[in-house]
Amino acid sequence: MTNLTALFSVVVTLLAGATLVGWTLNRIRPSATVSNLVRRIWAWWGMVAVLALATWLGKPGVTILFLLLSFLALREYLTLVPTARADHATLLWSFFIVTPVQYSFLWFDAYGMFSIFIPVYVFLFLPIRAALEGDTRNFLERTSRTQWGLMTCVYCLSHAPALLILNIPNFGGGQITLLVYLLLVVESSDVFQYIWGKLLGRRKIAPKISPNKTLAGLVGGVLSATALGTALYKVTPFSPLTAAALSLVATLLGFAGGLVMSAVKRDRGVKDYGNLIAGHGGALDRLDSLIFAAPVFFHLTRFFYSVH
Amino acid sequence: MSRPLASGIAGFARLIAGSQAFWPDESPPICGQHIFYANHSSHLDAVVLWASLDPIQRDRTRPVAAHEYWQASRVRRFLAIKVFRCVLVKREGFGRAGIEAMYAALDDGDSLIFFPEGTRGSGDKVADLKAGLHHLCMRRPEADAIPVYLENLNRILPKGELIPVPLLSRVLFGRPLKPAAGEAKAAFLARARQALQDLGEHS
Repeated sequence: MTNLTALFSVVVTLLAGATLVGWTLNRIRPSATVSNLVRRIWAWWGMVAVLALATWLGKPGVTILFLLLSFLALREYLTLVPTARADHATLLWSFFIVTPVQYSFLWFDAYGMFSIFIPVYVFLFLPIRAALEGDTRNFLERTSRTQWGLMTCVYCLSHAPALLILNIPNFGGGQITLLVYLLLVVESSDVFQYIWGKLLGRRKIAPKISPNKTLAGLVGGVLSATALGTALYKVTPFSPLTAAALSLVATLLGFAGGLVMSAVKRDRGVKDYGNLIAGHGGALDRLDSLIFAAPVFFHLTRFFYSVH
Repeated sequence: MSRPLASGIAGFARLIAGSQAFWPDESPPICGQHIFYANHSSHLDAVVLWASLDPIQRDRTRPVAAHEYWQASRVRRFLAIKVFRCVLVKREGFGRAGIEAMYAALDDGDSLIFFPEGTRGSGDKVADLKAGLHHLCMRRPEADAIPVYLENLNRILPKGELIPVPLLSRVLFGRPLKPAAGEAKAAFLARARQALQDLGEHS
């Protein structure tokens, strides 16, 4: 069995267990929370199926999947934050040029351009293009909002599939496994936080931002996901200790990502970014933790494990 | 030939505009004869509203559109007449001929999509409604007027732009209304405008 198959077996086993628990809870103690839980679990099956298909198609499949995810996330983000009539051109550039170009660098293994395109070129170009429209009202706010959206939804998120262009010695062809590993650690941390929070959660960490985030949820979720990441160290190039350290960093950043993206939602007065995924909300509601975890996980792995 | 094309265009429009329809009390679309009236800020308005309807309702619903624009080329004429079955009315001298064409559609039992603000606005505020809506309601008392607030389409494809920005939009259907017995024309139009404005604000 390859490492990738092994990882997916773990995911399917966990999901099958969750499905059984959800089904049982629904029989003995049906409630709104349980029915939402069951819908979330079914949606997870769907998301796992999409990921499995993409990894089966290899690098093209994964790159295209994340390109689409960036597109959907940016769409939800820019729908939520106000823009002006004069931003039409910069928005078109963001969706139809910047996003595909950023992912094309992964396709061509162009790490240099991949890492500076949005922070340098797009950062400078967007305000130039916006200034040409001649509308100065809220100019800085409008430009910053678009730049922030591109940094989070496109630049940061693209660091997850960027694991595929890392050159790690003695780890031939295992990069897709590393991506699935990162996804499993980060997303399972979200799920464990939800479970621990529902079971034991009392003290709210940030009641003004997210009433569902509790101390027990955070500690239980981060430790459970870190334990899972450590147990699975064999599919990675890491030692058990570094697997634990990287999992801990990724899950803590994932928590922070959820917190920050919730703050944006609260500022705009909504609960979810959309309703793309049944029970979960929008794509961005599921990707928020990955957006913060992926770039740091990528760079730590690159710094310590890859040969340039 | 035009039926599958119509479904295709409807699906494409909803994909581009990421549109989602919301009905009052989450009840399913009501069949029957209606005059759907909506705020107007984008070229996408009519097609997105039309695409949001149940396919059966859609077949019996005709958008009222500007004769000058849709007769301007062969493609537009084909789309307007064969695909969307638009009721084309002249913007200049709207008067009798235009209203007669809409009456004829109502007399055939069709529903209408109508933009009573007259022209596309900036999308911030609902303008005063033209008297046409009242005429249509009086002509066909069994057809009710349903306000439809189109949200965000002005950001997706504002006036004067060619390429849409693929943001998400919402199509908010309101509760049906009719002119009450003895209600003055101006009072009804004000009430209908308020219903549309409220849909946009309380969502």
